[in-house]
Amino acid sequence: MHRFANPNRFLRIAAVVLPWSAALTVALLGLGLYLALLVSPADYQQGESVRIMYIHVPAAWMALFIYSCLAAASAVALIWKHPLADLAAKASAPIGACFTFIALATGSIWGKPMWGDWWVWDARLTSVLILFFFYMGHMALTSAFEDASRGERAASILALVGMVNIPVVKWSVDWWNTLHQPASIVRMDGPAIHASMLAPLLVMAAAFTAYYVTVLILRLRGEILARKIGSLRLTRIQDRQEESGPHMREV
Amino acid sequence: MTGFWLIVRRDIVMAWRQGGDGLMAIMFFLITVTLFPLGVGPESGILARIGPAVVWVAALLATLLSLERMFQTDFEDGSLDLMAITPLPLEAVVLAKCLANWLLTGAPLLLAAPVLAMMLHMDREGLAVFVTAMALGTPSLVFIGAIGAALTVGAHRGGVLLTLLVLPLYIPVLIFGVGAVEAAVTGQSAQPHLLVLGGLLLGTLPLGLWASTAALRQALE
Repeated sequence: MHRFANPNRFLRIAAVVLPWSAALTVALLGLGLYLALLVSPADYQQGESVRIMYIHVPAAWMALFIYSCLAAASAVALIWKHPLADLAAKASAPIGACFTFIALATGSIWGKPMWGDWWVWDARLTSVLILFFFYMGHMALTSAFEDASRGERAASILALVGMVNIPVVKWSVDWWNTLHQPASIVRMDGPAIHASMLAPLLVMAAAFTAYYVTVLILRLRGEILARKIGSLRLTRIQDRQEESGPHMREV
Repeated sequence: MTGFWLIVRRDIVMAWRQGGDGLMAIMFFLITVTLFPLGVGPESGILARIGPAVVWVAALLATLLSLERMFQTDFEDGSLDLMAITPLPLEAVVLAKCLANWLLTGAPLLLAAPVLAMMLHMDREGLAVFVTAMALGTPSLVFIGAIGAALTVGAHRGGVLLTLLVLPLYIPVLIFGVGAVEAAVTGQSAQPHLLVLGGLLLGTLPLGLWASTAALRQALE
Protein backbone atom coordinates (compact mmCIF):
# COMPACT_ATOMS: atom_id res chain seq x y z
CA MET A 1 0.00 0.00 0.00
CA HIS A 2 2.81 2.39 0.85
CA ARG A 3 4.15 2.05 -2.69
CA PHE A 4 1.15 4.09 -3.83
CA ALA A 5 1.81 6.88 -1.35
CA ASN A 6 3.97 8.71 -3.87
CA PRO A 7 1.68 11.11 -5.77
CA ASN A 8 3.79 10.90 -8.95
CA ARG A 9 3.61 7.12 -9.00
CA PHE A 10 -0.13 7.39 -8.41
CA LEU A 11 -0.48 9.80 -11.35
CA ARG A 12 1.34 7.32 -13.63
CA ILE A 13 -0.86 4.42 -12.51
CA ALA A 14 -3.97 6.60 -12.77
CA ALA A 15 -3.13 7.51 -16.37
CA VAL A 16 -3.11 3.78 -17.23
CA VAL A 17 -6.24 2.84 -15.26
CA LEU A 18 -8.42 5.80 -16.19
CA PRO A 19 -9.23 4.94 -19.87
CA TRP A 20 -10.06 1.35 -18.89
CA SER A 21 -12.29 2.27 -15.98
CA ALA A 22 -14.03 4.94 -18.05
CA ALA A 23 -14.64 2.48 -20.88
CA LEU A 24 -15.84 -0.14 -18.39
CA THR A 25 -18.26 2.37 -16.86
CA VAL A 26 -19.81 3.20 -20.24
CA ALA A 27 -19.99 -0.45 -21.33
CA LEU A 28 -21.46 -1.75 -18.07
CA LEU A 29 -23.88 1.16 -17.76
CA GLY A 30 -25.10 0.55 -21.32
CA LEU A 31 -25.48 -3.18 -20.75
CA GLY A 32 -27.05 -2.70 -17.32
CA LEU A 33 -29.62 -0.18 -18.52
CA TYR A 34 -30.47 -2.39 -21.51
CA LEU A 35 -31.00 -5.40 -19.24
CA ALA A 36 -32.86 -3.36 -16.61
CA LEU A 37 -35.17 -1.40 -18.87
CA LEU A 38 -35.82 -3.81 -21.77
CA VAL A 39 -34.87 -7.41 -20.95
CA SER A 40 -35.88 -7.87 -17.31
CA PRO A 41 -39.56 -8.63 -16.66
CA ALA A 42 -42.01 -6.26 -15.00
CA ASP A 43 -42.97 -7.27 -11.47
CA TYR A 44 -46.33 -9.05 -11.12
CA GLN A 45 -47.26 -6.75 -8.22
CA GLN A 46 -45.35 -3.55 -8.81
CA GLY A 47 -45.52 -3.46 -12.62
CA GLU A 48 -43.04 -1.34 -14.50
CA SER A 49 -42.12 0.77 -11.47
CA VAL A 50 -39.97 -2.10 -10.19
CA ARG A 51 -37.34 -0.87 -12.66
CA ILE A 52 -36.54 1.99 -10.26
CA MET A 53 -34.86 -0.73 -8.21
CA TYR A 54 -32.00 -1.03 -10.73
CA ILE A 55 -30.91 2.53 -9.89
CA HIS A 56 -32.07 2.69 -6.28
CA VAL A 57 -30.46 -0.44 -4.84
CA PRO A 58 -26.98 -0.04 -6.43
CA ALA A 59 -26.97 3.65 -5.45
CA ALA A 60 -27.76 2.71 -1.84
CA TRP A 61 -25.00 0.07 -1.89
CA MET A 62 -22.58 2.66 -3.23
CA ALA A 63 -23.61 5.13 -0.52
CA LEU A 64 -22.53 2.60 2.12
CA PHE A 65 -19.51 1.34 0.18
CA ILE A 66 -18.11 4.83 -0.45
CA TYR A 67 -18.58 5.81 3.18
CA SER A 68 -16.66 2.70 4.21
CA CYS A 69 -13.91 3.59 1.71
CA LEU A 70 -13.89 7.13 3.06
CA ALA A 71 -13.55 5.88 6.64
CA ALA A 72 -10.82 3.39 5.64
CA ALA A 73 -8.91 6.16 3.84
CA SER A 74 -9.33 8.38 6.91
CA ALA A 75 -7.98 5.65 9.20
CA VAL A 76 -4.97 5.19 6.88
CA ALA A 77 -4.45 8.96 6.87
CA LEU A 78 -4.57 9.13 10.67
CA ILE A 79 -2.35 6.10 11.29
CA TRP A 80 0.32 6.36 8.58
CA LYS A 81 -0.07 10.05 7.57
CA HIS A 82 -0.42 8.77 4.02
CA PRO A 83 -0.42 11.88 1.77
CA LEU A 84 -2.90 10.44 -0.74
CA ALA A 85 -5.33 8.99 1.81
CA ASP A 86 -6.46 12.43 2.98
CA LEU A 87 -7.06 13.44 -0.61
CA ALA A 88 -8.88 10.18 -1.35
CA ALA A 89 -11.25 10.78 1.57
CA LYS A 90 -11.81 14.36 0.49
CA ALA A 91 -12.44 13.31 -3.12
CA SER A 92 -14.80 10.46 -2.12
CA ALA A 93 -17.17 12.52 0.02
CA PRO A 94 -19.02 14.42 -2.75
CA ILE A 95 -19.40 11.23 -4.84
CA GLY A 96 -20.83 9.36 -1.87
CA ALA A 97 -23.14 12.25 -1.04
CA CYS A 98 -24.47 12.18 -4.62
CA PHE A 99 -25.13 8.42 -4.48
CA THR A 100 -26.88 8.85 -1.11
CA PHE A 101 -29.00 11.61 -2.57
CA ILE A 102 -29.85 9.43 -5.61
CA ALA A 103 -30.81 6.55 -3.29
CA LEU A 104 -33.06 8.84 -1.24
CA ALA A 105 -34.63 10.52 -4.28
CA THR A 106 -35.30 7.32 -6.23
CA GLY A 107 -36.58 5.70 -3.04
CA SER A 108 -38.97 8.58 -2.63
CA ILE A 109 -40.18 8.30 -6.24
CA TRP A 110 -40.60 4.55 -5.79
CA GLY A 111 -42.31 4.98 -2.42
CA LYS A 112 -45.04 7.25 -3.75
CA PRO A 113 -46.79 4.57 -5.89
CA MET A 114 -45.87 1.64 -3.59
CA TRP A 115 -46.41 3.00 -0.08
CA GLY A 116 -48.64 5.93 -1.03
CA ASP A 117 -46.28 8.55 0.34
CA TRP A 118 -43.08 10.33 -0.66
CA TRP A 119 -41.49 9.81 2.72
CA VAL A 120 -42.08 7.63 5.77
CA TRP A 121 -40.16 7.91 9.06
CA ASP A 122 -38.87 4.41 8.81
CA ALA A 123 -35.58 3.26 10.38
CA ARG A 124 -33.90 2.54 7.03
CA LEU A 125 -34.90 5.87 5.46
CA THR A 126 -33.97 7.86 8.55
CA SER A 127 -30.57 6.19 8.94
CA VAL A 128 -29.76 6.83 5.26
CA LEU A 129 -30.80 10.46 5.72
CA ILE A 130 -28.38 10.64 8.66
CA LEU A 131 -25.69 9.12 6.41
CA PHE A 132 -26.37 11.99 4.00
CA PHE A 133 -25.93 14.47 6.87
CA PHE A 134 -22.59 12.83 7.73
CA TYR A 135 -21.39 13.30 4.15
CA MET A 136 -22.50 16.95 4.30
CA GLY A 137 -20.79 17.47 7.67
CA HIS A 138 -17.63 15.84 6.34
CA MET A 139 -17.56 18.17 3.33
CA ALA A 140 -18.32 21.23 5.45
CA LEU A 141 -15.63 20.38 8.01
CA THR A 142 -13.01 19.71 5.29
CA SER A 143 -13.45 23.22 3.93
CA ALA A 144 -13.92 25.03 7.25
CA PHE A 145 -10.28 25.85 7.98
CA GLU A 146 -7.81 28.25 6.42
CA ASP A 147 -5.18 25.52 6.61
CA ALA A 148 -6.51 22.84 4.25
CA SER A 149 -4.60 19.98 5.87
CA ARG A 150 -6.10 20.80 9.28
CA GLY A 151 -9.59 20.46 7.77
CA GLU A 152 -8.70 17.14 6.18
CA ARG A 153 -7.37 15.74 9.45
CA ALA A 154 -10.40 16.93 11.43
CA ALA A 155 -12.70 15.42 8.81
CA SER A 156 -10.90 12.09 9.03
CA ILE A 157 -11.77 11.83 12.74
CA LEU A 158 -15.37 12.73 11.94
CA ALA A 159 -15.43 10.02 9.25
CA LEU A 160 -14.36 7.39 11.80
CA VAL A 161 -16.96 8.58 14.33
CA GLY A 162 -19.60 8.43 11.59
CA MET A 163 -18.84 4.73 11.03
CA VAL A 164 -21.22 3.98 13.95
CA ASN A 165 -24.05 4.77 11.55
CA ILE A 166 -23.04 2.20 8.89
CA PRO A 167 -24.15 -0.95 10.77
CA VAL A 168 -27.34 0.89 11.75
CA VAL A 169 -28.13 1.51 8.07
CA LYS A 170 -27.23 -2.04 7.10
CA TRP A 171 -29.25 -3.85 9.76
CA SER A 172 -32.00 -1.28 10.37
CA VAL A 173 -34.42 -3.45 8.39
CA ASP A 174 -33.70 -6.44 10.65
CA TRP A 175 -33.59 -4.64 14.01
CA TRP A 176 -36.82 -2.72 13.57
CA ASN A 177 -40.13 -3.56 11.93
CA THR A 178 -39.94 -1.33 8.92
CA LEU A 179 -41.95 -0.60 5.84
CA HIS A 180 -38.74 -0.92 3.84
CA GLN A 181 -38.26 -4.53 2.78
CA PRO A 182 -35.44 -6.57 4.35
CA ALA A 183 -32.29 -7.55 2.48
CA SER A 184 -33.03 -9.89 -0.40
CA ILE A 185 -29.65 -10.26 -2.14
CA VAL A 186 -27.00 -10.89 0.51
CA ARG A 187 -28.60 -13.61 2.63
CA MET A 188 -27.47 -16.84 4.19
CA ASP A 189 -29.91 -18.92 2.09
CA GLY A 190 -29.07 -17.26 -1.21
CA PRO A 191 -30.71 -14.30 -2.93
CA ALA A 192 -34.51 -14.16 -2.75
CA ILE A 193 -34.79 -12.60 -6.17
CA HIS A 194 -35.09 -14.18 -9.60
CA ALA A 195 -32.00 -14.38 -11.81
CA SER A 196 -33.64 -12.23 -14.51
CA MET A 197 -33.78 -9.37 -12.01
CA LEU A 198 -30.54 -10.17 -10.20
CA ALA A 199 -28.37 -9.97 -13.33
CA PRO A 200 -29.19 -6.36 -14.27
CA LEU A 201 -28.92 -5.37 -10.62
CA LEU A 202 -25.39 -6.76 -10.33
CA VAL A 203 -24.35 -5.27 -13.69
CA MET A 204 -25.62 -1.87 -12.57
CA ALA A 205 -23.77 -2.22 -9.26
CA ALA A 206 -20.56 -3.02 -11.15
CA ALA A 207 -21.18 -0.04 -13.45
CA PHE A 208 -21.63 2.29 -10.46
CA THR A 209 -18.43 0.95 -8.87
CA ALA A 210 -16.50 1.52 -12.11
CA TYR A 211 -17.99 5.01 -12.25
CA TYR A 212 -16.80 5.65 -8.68
CA VAL A 213 -13.26 4.52 -9.55
CA THR A 214 -13.23 6.74 -12.66
CA VAL A 215 -14.52 9.86 -10.90
CA LEU A 216 -12.29 9.22 -7.88
CA ILE A 217 -9.21 9.10 -10.14
CA LEU A 218 -10.29 12.30 -11.91
CA ARG A 219 -10.93 14.12 -8.64
CA LEU A 220 -7.72 12.86 -7.03
CA ARG A 221 -5.73 13.94 -10.06
CA GLY A 222 -7.34 17.37 -9.86
CA GLU A 223 -6.53 17.63 -6.14
CA ILE A 224 -2.89 16.64 -6.65
CA LEU A 225 -2.45 19.09 -9.54
CA ALA A 226 -4.19 21.87 -7.57
CA ARG A 227 -1.80 21.28 -4.70
CA LYS A 228 1.20 21.36 -7.05
CA ILE A 229 0.01 24.63 -8.59
CA GLY A 230 -0.50 26.03 -5.09
CA SER A 231 3.06 25.22 -4.00
CA LEU A 232 4.49 26.51 -7.33
CA ARG A 233 2.69 29.82 -6.82
CA LEU A 234 3.95 30.02 -3.27
CA THR A 235 7.59 29.51 -4.29
CA ARG A 236 7.18 32.05 -7.09
CA ILE A 237 5.87 34.65 -4.63
CA GLN A 238 8.75 33.87 -2.29
CA ASP A 239 11.29 34.21 -5.14
CA ARG A 240 9.79 37.51 -6.16
CA GLN A 241 9.91 38.79 -2.59
CA GLU A 242 13.57 37.81 -2.32
CA GLU A 243 14.38 39.65 -5.55
CA SER A 244 12.60 42.83 -4.56
CA GLY A 245 13.17 42.30 -0.86
CA PRO A 246 15.67 45.08 0.01
CA HIS A 247 13.88 47.49 -2.29
CA MET A 248 10.54 46.81 -0.63
CA ARG A 249 11.99 47.39 2.78
CA GLU A 250 13.23 50.85 1.78
CA VAL A 251 9.74 51.83 0.69
CA MET B 1 -5.97 13.75 40.47
CA THR B 2 -5.68 17.32 41.78
CA GLY B 3 -5.02 18.71 38.29
CA PHE B 4 -8.27 17.14 37.15
CA TRP B 5 -10.36 18.82 39.84
CA LEU B 6 -8.52 22.12 39.37
CA ILE B 7 -9.64 22.18 35.73
CA VAL B 8 -13.21 21.34 36.72
CA ARG B 9 -13.23 24.09 39.33
CA ARG B 10 -11.56 26.61 36.99
CA ASP B 11 -14.15 26.05 34.27
CA ILE B 12 -17.06 26.38 36.68
CA VAL B 13 -15.65 29.48 38.38
CA MET B 14 -14.92 31.14 35.03
CA ALA B 15 -18.37 30.37 33.65
CA TRP B 16 -19.93 31.69 36.86
CA ARG B 17 -17.97 34.94 36.84
CA GLN B 18 -18.62 35.59 33.16
CA GLY B 19 -22.36 35.61 33.70
CA GLY B 20 -22.75 31.90 33.22
CA ASP B 21 -23.14 29.68 30.17
CA GLY B 22 -25.23 27.46 32.41
CA LEU B 23 -27.70 30.24 33.09
CA MET B 24 -27.98 30.99 29.37
CA ALA B 25 -28.59 27.33 28.55
CA ILE B 26 -31.35 27.00 31.11
CA MET B 27 -33.05 30.25 30.05
CA PHE B 28 -32.94 29.07 26.45
CA PHE B 29 -34.39 25.72 27.54
CA LEU B 30 -37.27 27.35 29.43
CA ILE B 31 -38.15 29.80 26.66
CA THR B 32 -38.04 27.17 23.90
CA VAL B 33 -40.33 24.83 25.82
CA THR B 34 -42.68 27.73 26.63
CA LEU B 35 -43.10 28.46 22.94
CA PHE B 36 -44.71 25.08 22.25
CA PRO B 37 -47.90 25.43 24.32
CA LEU B 38 -48.30 28.89 22.79
CA GLY B 39 -47.82 27.54 19.27
CA VAL B 40 -49.69 24.24 19.55
CA GLY B 41 -52.42 25.50 21.87
CA PRO B 42 -53.01 24.87 25.59
CA GLU B 43 -55.03 21.65 25.16
CA SER B 44 -53.66 19.27 27.82
CA GLY B 45 -54.14 16.06 25.79
CA ILE B 46 -51.95 17.22 22.92
CA LEU B 47 -49.36 18.71 25.27
CA ALA B 48 -49.11 15.49 27.28
CA ARG B 49 -48.63 13.59 23.99
CA ILE B 50 -45.86 15.78 22.58
CA GLY B 51 -44.42 16.89 25.96
CA PRO B 52 -41.52 14.40 26.32
CA ALA B 53 -40.37 15.03 22.75
CA VAL B 54 -40.56 18.82 23.16
CA VAL B 55 -38.55 18.82 26.38
CA TRP B 56 -35.94 16.45 24.93
CA VAL B 57 -35.50 18.46 21.72
CA ALA B 58 -35.20 21.69 23.74
CA ALA B 59 -32.60 20.01 25.97
CA LEU B 60 -30.56 18.88 22.93
CA LEU B 61 -30.56 22.41 21.54
CA ALA B 62 -29.73 23.94 24.94
CA THR B 63 -26.64 21.73 25.34
CA LEU B 64 -25.44 22.88 21.90
CA LEU B 65 -25.21 26.50 23.10
CA SER B 66 -22.29 26.08 25.46
CA LEU B 67 -20.38 23.59 23.28
CA GLU B 68 -18.93 26.19 20.96
CA ARG B 69 -17.01 27.77 23.86
CA MET B 70 -15.96 24.46 25.42
CA PHE B 71 -12.47 24.45 23.86
CA GLN B 72 -12.50 27.53 21.61
CA THR B 73 -11.78 30.22 24.24
CA ASP B 74 -9.05 28.11 25.87
CA PHE B 75 -7.56 27.48 22.43
CA GLU B 76 -7.53 31.19 21.61
CA ASP B 77 -5.92 32.41 24.84
CA GLY B 78 -3.40 29.56 24.91
CA SER B 79 -4.56 27.84 28.10
CA LEU B 80 -5.28 24.70 26.11
CA ASP B 81 -1.58 24.51 25.15
CA LEU B 82 -0.66 24.73 28.82
CA MET B 83 -3.17 22.04 29.78
CA ALA B 84 -1.75 19.80 27.06
CA ILE B 85 1.79 19.98 28.50
CA THR B 86 0.78 19.26 32.10
CA PRO B 87 1.53 15.72 33.37
CA LEU B 88 -2.21 15.06 33.20
CA PRO B 89 -3.10 13.09 30.02
CA LEU B 90 -5.08 15.15 27.52
CA GLU B 91 -7.90 12.59 27.81
CA ALA B 92 -8.26 13.49 31.49
CA VAL B 93 -8.27 17.20 30.63
CA VAL B 94 -11.10 16.57 28.16
CA LEU B 95 -12.97 14.49 30.75
CA ALA B 96 -12.61 17.32 33.28
CA LYS B 97 -13.94 19.84 30.79
CA CYS B 98 -16.84 17.51 29.93
CA LEU B 99 -17.66 17.11 33.61
CA ALA B 100 -17.57 20.87 34.15
CA ASN B 101 -19.74 21.40 31.07
CA TRP B 102 -22.27 18.85 32.32
CA LEU B 103 -22.38 20.43 35.78
CA LEU B 104 -22.97 23.83 34.18
CA THR B 105 -25.57 22.85 31.58
CA GLY B 106 -26.74 19.25 32.00
CA ALA B 107 -27.39 19.36 35.73
CA PRO B 108 -29.48 22.58 35.66
CA LEU B 109 -31.55 21.12 32.81
CA LEU B 110 -32.13 18.06 34.96
CA LEU B 111 -33.48 20.29 37.73
CA ALA B 112 -35.68 22.35 35.41
CA ALA B 113 -37.01 19.42 33.37
CA PRO B 114 -39.51 18.05 35.95
CA VAL B 115 -41.07 21.51 36.37
CA LEU B 116 -41.46 21.87 32.62
CA ALA B 117 -42.78 18.32 32.33
CA MET B 118 -45.50 19.12 34.86
CA MET B 119 -46.36 22.31 32.98
CA LEU B 120 -46.85 20.10 29.91
CA HIS B 121 -49.17 17.77 31.90
CA MET B 122 -46.90 14.74 31.90
CA ASP B 123 -48.28 12.13 34.32
CA ARG B 124 -46.53 11.02 37.49
CA GLU B 125 -45.13 7.63 36.38
CA GLY B 126 -43.74 9.29 33.31
CA LEU B 127 -42.03 11.95 35.41
CA ALA B 128 -39.70 9.62 37.36
CA VAL B 129 -38.69 7.78 34.18
CA PHE B 130 -38.22 11.09 32.40
CA VAL B 131 -35.78 12.40 35.02
CA THR B 132 -33.86 9.10 35.01
CA ALA B 133 -33.67 9.17 31.21
CA MET B 134 -32.42 12.78 31.29
CA ALA B 135 -29.81 11.87 33.91
CA LEU B 136 -28.52 9.04 31.69
CA GLY B 137 -28.87 10.94 28.41
CA THR B 138 -27.41 14.39 29.11
CA PRO B 139 -23.85 13.15 29.88
CA SER B 140 -23.90 11.30 26.53
CA LEU B 141 -24.85 14.57 24.87
CA VAL B 142 -21.83 16.27 26.45
CA PHE B 143 -19.42 13.51 25.33
CA ILE B 144 -20.82 13.56 21.76
CA GLY B 145 -20.78 17.35 21.79
CA ALA B 146 -17.14 17.41 22.89
CA ILE B 147 -16.22 15.65 19.62
CA GLY B 148 -17.87 18.39 17.59
CA ALA B 149 -16.42 21.14 19.81
CA ALA B 150 -12.89 19.74 19.46
CA LEU B 151 -13.19 19.20 15.69
CA THR B 152 -14.35 22.76 15.04
CA VAL B 153 -11.68 24.47 17.19
CA GLY B 154 -10.29 27.27 15.03
CA ALA B 155 -12.84 26.81 12.21
CA HIS B 156 -14.73 29.57 10.41
CA ARG B 157 -18.37 29.78 11.52
CA GLY B 158 -17.62 27.07 14.08
CA GLY B 159 -21.01 27.33 15.75
CA VAL B 160 -23.15 26.46 12.73
CA LEU B 161 -20.74 23.74 11.67
CA LEU B 162 -20.81 22.29 15.17
CA THR B 163 -24.60 22.00 14.97
CA LEU B 164 -24.36 20.18 11.63
CA LEU B 165 -21.80 17.71 12.99
CA VAL B 166 -23.32 17.02 16.39
CA LEU B 167 -27.09 16.88 15.87
CA PRO B 168 -27.09 13.70 13.72
CA LEU B 169 -25.14 11.96 16.49
CA TYR B 170 -27.66 13.15 19.08
CA ILE B 171 -30.53 11.28 17.39
CA PRO B 172 -30.18 7.92 19.24
CA VAL B 173 -30.30 9.67 22.63
CA LEU B 174 -33.43 11.53 21.53
CA ILE B 175 -35.14 8.36 20.25
CA PHE B 176 -34.51 6.28 23.37
CA GLY B 177 -35.03 9.20 25.76
CA VAL B 178 -38.49 9.88 24.36
CA GLY B 179 -39.14 6.14 24.00
CA ALA B 180 -38.55 5.58 27.73
CA VAL B 181 -41.12 8.20 28.72
CA GLU B 182 -43.68 7.01 26.19
CA ALA B 183 -43.29 3.43 27.40
CA ALA B 184 -43.85 4.55 31.00
CA VAL B 185 -46.88 6.67 30.10
CA THR B 186 -48.52 3.86 28.10
CA GLY B 187 -47.95 1.38 30.94
CA GLN B 188 -45.13 -0.62 29.36
CA SER B 189 -41.73 -1.23 30.91
CA ALA B 190 -39.33 1.67 30.40
CA GLN B 191 -36.39 -0.51 31.40
CA PRO B 192 -35.19 -1.53 27.90
CA HIS B 193 -35.03 2.12 26.82
CA LEU B 194 -33.20 3.14 29.97
CA LEU B 195 -30.73 0.27 29.54
CA VAL B 196 -30.05 1.40 25.97
CA LEU B 197 -29.51 4.95 27.23
CA GLY B 198 -27.04 3.59 29.79
CA GLY B 199 -25.33 1.63 27.04
CA LEU B 200 -25.11 4.76 24.90
CA LEU B 201 -23.48 6.56 27.81
CA LEU B 202 -20.93 3.75 28.22
CA GLY B 203 -20.24 3.88 24.47
CA THR B 204 -20.03 7.65 24.08
CA LEU B 205 -17.69 8.04 27.06
CA PRO B 206 -14.67 6.31 25.45
CA LEU B 207 -15.61 7.28 21.88
CA GLY B 208 -16.12 10.94 22.79
CA LEU B 209 -12.92 11.15 24.82
CA TRP B 210 -10.85 9.39 22.16
CA ALA B 211 -12.19 11.40 19.24
CA SER B 212 -12.13 14.80 20.93
CA THR B 213 -8.63 14.25 22.31
CA ALA B 214 -7.37 13.22 18.87
CA ALA B 215 -9.01 16.30 17.35
CA LEU B 216 -7.49 18.60 19.99
CA ARG B 217 -4.02 17.12 19.44
CA GLN B 218 -4.37 17.99 15.75
CA ALA B 219 -5.55 21.50 16.55
CA LEU B 220 -2.56 22.04 18.85
CA GLU B 221 0.03 20.64 16.40
